[in-house]
Amino acid sequence: MAKLATIFSTFALGGIHPPDSKELSKDLPVEVMPLPDVVTIPLNMQILTATPPVEAVVDKKAVLSEGQLIGKPIHFLGVNIHSSVSGTVKAVDTISHHMMLRVPGVIVDVDKNAPPPHWPARAWQELNSRELLDIIKETGVVGMGGAGFPAHIKLNPPPNSPVDILLINAAECEPYLNCDYRLMLERAADLLDGVKIIMKTLGVEKAYIGIEDNKPLAVKSLEEAMAERHQGIGLAVLKVKYPQGSEKQLIQAVTGRVVPDGALPAAVGVVVQNVGTTVAIYEAVALSKPVYEKVLTVSGRGIARPANLKVRLGTTVQQIIDYLGGTTGDLAKVILGGPMMGLNVSDLNIPVTKTFSGILFLTKEEAALDSFGPCIRCGRCISVCPMGLNPMETSAHAEAGHYADTLAYGVRSCFECGCCAYMCPAKRPLVQFMKLSKLKNPIR
Amino acid sequence: MAAESVNNSVGAETKTAPPILTVSVSPHIHSGKTTAGIMWTVILSLAPALAANIYFFGSHAAAVLLTSVLSCVMIEAACQKLLKRPVRVSDGSAVVTGILLAMVVPPGVPLYIMPLAAVMSIFVVKELVGGLGFNVFNPALVGRAFLVACFPVAMTTAYIDPMSWLEAGAGAADALSAATPLTLLKHGGMEAVFQHYPSGAQFYFDLVLGLRPGSLGETPALLLALGGIFLLLRGIITWHIPVAMMATVALFTWMFGGDTGLFSGNPLFHLLNGGIMLGAFYMATDYVTSPTTGKGKLAFGIGVGLLTTIIRLKGGYPEGVAYAILLMNPLTPCFERWFAPKRFAGPPKAKA
Repeated sequence: MAKLATIFSTFALGGIHPPDSKELSKDLPVEVMPLPDVVTIPLNMQILTATPPVEAVVDKKAVLSEGQLIGKPIHFLGVNIHSSVSGTVKAVDTISHHMMLRVPGVIVDVDKNAPPPHWPARAWQELNSRELLDIIKETGVVGMGGAGFPAHIKLNPPPNSPVDILLINAAECEPYLNCDYRLMLERAADLLDGVKIIMKTLGVEKAYIGIEDNKPLAVKSLEEAMAERHQGIGLAVLKVKYPQGSEKQLIQAVTGRVVPDGALPAAVGVVVQNVGTTVAIYEAVALSKPVYEKVLTVSGRGIARPANLKVRLGTTVQQIIDYLGGTTGDLAKVILGGPMMGLNVSDLNIPVTKTFSGILFLTKEEAALDSFGPCIRCGRCISVCPMGLNPMETSAHAEAGHYADTLAYGVRSCFECGCCAYMCPAKRPLVQFMKLSKLKNPIR
Repeated sequence: MAAESVNNSVGAETKTAPPILTVSVSPHIHSGKTTAGIMWTVILSLAPALAANIYFFGSHAAAVLLTSVLSCVMIEAACQKLLKRPVRVSDGSAVVTGILLAMVVPPGVPLYIMPLAAVMSIFVVKELVGGLGFNVFNPALVGRAFLVACFPVAMTTAYIDPMSWLEAGAGAADALSAATPLTLLKHGGMEAVFQHYPSGAQFYFDLVLGLRPGSLGETPALLLALGGIFLLLRGIITWHIPVAMMATVALFTWMFGGDTGLFSGNPLFHLLNGGIMLGAFYMATDYVTSPTTGKGKLAFGIGVGLLTTIIRLKGGYPEGVAYAILLMNPLTPCFERWFAPKRFAGPPKAKA
């Protein structure tokens, strides 16, 4: 068998090598969490719009079946939302949300005895791009790794930016997270079918899977699957470095193309989707199954039993904690997402949405909790910044309240990877000041 | 059942106490690198050179070092109290300044001048302008410049012959007359140097080991260079400033340092004498007073090297490293502006 993987380098500027802590859940197969008694499904799963982009189409006491449509978009960035369980609507009410704090949601009493739905296989090879896009839109697929950008919009780039490369983001560069890794080990064939569906949707001939060299088993798994279904898909093995999973950095590492400041990847002819989204597209198209489940890494030294869990959307953090045997005594932080960019929450009633890929329970020892000192101008923040910015100077302006002055330092190019704050020996909140500067300088 | 944030952890009604959760903005993990860790690594890297020098120059050198460090630490603590700032002496920066200050004075100076220099270095140069991270000039070097201005005799003659403390202890006063190779060079050229020192390989061997008169930070070239390489390997400093500075000094002393026209100078003599090693690895690389980007550091190092050479060859002082660095320090903001970091990408090209 010919070696299908090609060794690539990595992105050019900056980057760090934090301890990956993936060993906590790396070897744990994806486990299906039993149905909870109640699910709380938010009608806003994305963080792109200030107002909820989705409206409920069911009322209190409605009887739902698994996969039934319960929310329809009222904003072009919204997507369909489906019930993750069979059951009865208990209320349509305001619920907790990790980013928007309070959003409308549908609370469902779960009927645990309902028969599991049957999702018929579909001969997707015969469908054209338009039909595929409609299915993806209908099933409510969004980017599973972050902001939740609707897949049907991303896969339909404007005609003035012709796309010729599909890039699958399999870097999973955030420490602790293993959900994409497990999908690559356990569902490599489905993932490759998903890649082919997206290639057909976009009408591109070339696709690369960008993966880091700290995942040799996943590389082997994909190589084996590719030996059977290898069609125009390349496996790009990259030298491990955080934040390789950032779109612009991954595109540069794999294709050598540089996305201009403020532009989308389509500007250089690339569309990026991550592993979770690709598998969701496979399920949506090949199995007609809407997005209502999510594979999450639940990890950290603050949870009794780390796991890679397949959960229904709307399962709350507290329900997951209870299932995994509770938290440990020295728990300090609960984080949705990875430790570098994830969101820290205090409310455990927050439900799982389509967009986050992990829940971390960090102990006092794992979490950085110290106060900060004066900048000693060592320049480490500059040398690790993947965007070539100057966090030291920028944050000094922000600290003094001179937010407008930060624009000259290119603060808007900052995508908040956190390398600067991670490295800072004075523990200064550098990226936090960058974020604040971006908020204080809203676009338009 | 809800876990509450730190400020609101009262009144949650659960059987077991709810976890008290911290809420902060990402990132949630840290490299573990600290300012204090960097400072103590620098101190560790200086330890072999200091030990060797105390062995060469005797107990008075140790007393100078101790007085300098204690004065700097105490003055820093007092200033921070006085200026109502958090007392941060445990970060080690005052200890580093104290050690470096002792390393730029002759080992035979009277002890009482060290606290005076420490007031200048710590209070005037550092704490008055905002404390750690805000000083324009290298504190230890301003301390030295202050002492040269106030105590010119002690600062130019209190050099000790290495190992002279072994010979009759009472003879220490005589030892103070020793002259450094650079002083001899200034006043009588290379001939004068070799009237006092063995010529040939033995001379360079002594220079490398540090067996000759000089400040604590001038003499053991080899140990200082090894300490600098240790800092390079530990990622505390980068190669740019030391390499740029030493290459510039070597090139220009070779070109213009000789008596018989261009390229007749002796670059090795110039690199091994005076404060080149200490300056290149420890003084010019001071984070606060030097540029942060690679290109900026190269330019800074070249500037220091150039000024050092000019002062040594044409100026009134035998040694120029200290003043060269002090003259370059205030240019750091300019270098920061001229050599800003290279951005990932520019704005999109305008579509035709």
